[in-house]
Amino acid sequence: MHIQLGGIDYAILLIYFAFVLSIGWALKRYMKGSTDFFLSGRSIPAWVTGLAFLSANLGAQEVIGMAASGAKYGIMTSHFYWVGAIPAMVFLAIFMMPFYYGSRARSVPEYLKLRFDEKTRGFNAISFAVMTVFSSGISMHALARLMETLLGWNYNGCIAISALIVLAYIFLGGLTSAIYNEVLQFFMIVFGFAPLVFLGLKDAGGWAALKEKLVPVAVSEHFAPGTWTDSWKHMGSPLENPMGIGWFGMVMGLGFVLSFGYWCTDFLVVQRAMAADSMSAARRTPLIAAIPKMLFPALVILPGMIAIALHYSGGHQFLPIGKDGTPDYNLTIPAMLAKYFPTGLLGIGFTALMASFMSGMAGNVTAFNTVWTYDIYQSYLAPNRTDKHYLAMGRWATVFGILVSVGAAYLASKFNNIMDMLQLVFGFVNAPLFATFLLGMFWRRTTGHGAFVGLLSGTLGAAIFHGLALSEGAEVGIKGGWLGKEFTFHSEMGQNFWMAIVAWTSCFVVTILVSLATERTKTDAELKGLVYSLTPKPESEHEPWYKQPVTLGVLVLAATVLLNIIFW
Amino acid sequence: MNFDLRIPIGIMFSLFGLMLVVFGALSDKTIYETHSLGININLTWGLVLLLFGGFMLTLAWRAGKKQK
Repeated sequence: MHIQLGGIDYAILLIYFAFVLSIGWALKRYMKGSTDFFLSGRSIPAWVTGLAFLSANLGAQEVIGMAASGAKYGIMTSHFYWVGAIPAMVFLAIFMMPFYYGSRARSVPEYLKLRFDEKTRGFNAISFAVMTVFSSGISMHALARLMETLLGWNYNGCIAISALIVLAYIFLGGLTSAIYNEVLQFFMIVFGFAPLVFLGLKDAGGWAALKEKLVPVAVSEHFAPGTWTDSWKHMGSPLENPMGIGWFGMVMGLGFVLSFGYWCTDFLVVQRAMAADSMSAARRTPLIAAIPKMLFPALVILPGMIAIALHYSGGHQFLPIGKDGTPDYNLTIPAMLAKYFPTGLLGIGFTALMASFMSGMAGNVTAFNTVWTYDIYQSYLAPNRTDKHYLAMGRWATVFGILVSVGAAYLASKFNNIMDMLQLVFGFVNAPLFATFLLGMFWRRTTGHGAFVGLLSGTLGAAIFHGLALSEGAEVGIKGGWLGKEFTFHSEMGQNFWMAIVAWTSCFVVTILVSLATERTKTDAELKGLVYSLTPKPESEHEPWYKQPVTLGVLVLAATVLLNIIFW
Repeated sequence: MNFDLRIPIGIMFSLFGLMLVVFGALSDKTIYETHSLGININLTWGLVLLLFGGFMLTLAWRAGKKQK
């Protein structure tokens, strides 16, 4: 597939980059100390942190991946939003944000240090720092590969330009610059993709006609006719749906373990809320993000559903066919852009796509430079330096982080299997995290030894389970089964969800057992502001109802339940 | 911090809107037959972007006046 951009499209792209860079430039004079650079001086209004919170997660892999998944699995993909995001976001806002923001920890690993001990922080900080630079590299690689395929751009040039732009605006304006650009990107995505949905839906003949057109898709894959348009009806057993997952694995694996583990503990997103200008704004951040998040399936999943419907009804010509003879789902969004957008609007669409790749990188880089400077450099390598010194270190960490990302991007382009391996290991490390935070925040008896041993056991549990499980048709090796084939799954996704459940449970149980067997090292007074029962409840009674986190949270949850029922 | 993000957002989207409207009015109409179901989407969507940009600028302008 090849797409030709016109002069106006390039002009739009260049203007966008000019705005991105000038925001960084304008913020330069506000970067006086390290808290300005790493935490935006805790001065950002809630609507900005809220949209940035959402955007930081809305990398292009997400946009492209969700559309691909919409084509491949239909509306069931919405579980990644209505089950796998919203409940965790509400939980973060109401129960966890008071500790992150109130404890004055400057990062998530630093919270672990305050709540538990040095080794728990070290484990989390180092694994997180490595993960973020690699994720940023993978984003960069994906962008360059896509632009090479679609526009015939030079791969190396693409890497260089995206790296330089992200470097420039973070170097100048730190986290504030990244957050502001994420808000810009949010609006680009909304305005760049909304006409795609409008034109696609019109072409398919409206929602009712689209539903009918999706029947042959489901039937040809030997599923019940409504499988592509019912989100819950076909989840009784893994055999009934294309995802190969039953409702329990979905709700517990994705909805509880993976979702809470990501939204409630990943510093990349939490950092956005920590930059808010007050406790109340910090708590509202994930809730403000939840409102558009709940509607995003219409923007990113629906195009995939439209594309597959048109692919089947239009003689299998809509989507490009991959090497194995099946449609290349990852090209769903580009194929839709090429089909429906004339030059002009195409510039907006492409800019939105590039913007989301770059802000995905920027999010990782800002989380990396903070964790590196505060949790690794200041803690282990050079404590007790001046604040100026750490500010300078933050800038250099940005340069270093981006250089390593570039290295990771080339690694990904040359050795695909190394990247798969790394992502697998990251999965092992991340899966148990939420058990540690849950126990740490809600049970004062949890000890540092308990948390650390629990985390290691959870990671080990994940690795062992992976070694014993395999999905149907997969080869023994990176996909699992290297210790023997004890469990088989209908899909890789099912295997991953169950691996997360095993990791979480091992961490939860071992943390409790070790905590009971070891002495407490922190007194109740030291744990004030870090544990639920020892912390005064934040007051928000004097605020109007639409600013109260609990009221907003209940409304968001009610709306999500309603969406699940409508598309049941 | 004395920096209203709504200003750059407003300017950028107004500019994009204006570009699409002008381009939509002048461009060869056959591209809309092949791409956007015969709808002059550049003109239509350009107006939407222009409206959004103007809305953001109005909000920023009102907030600025209040501060003074």
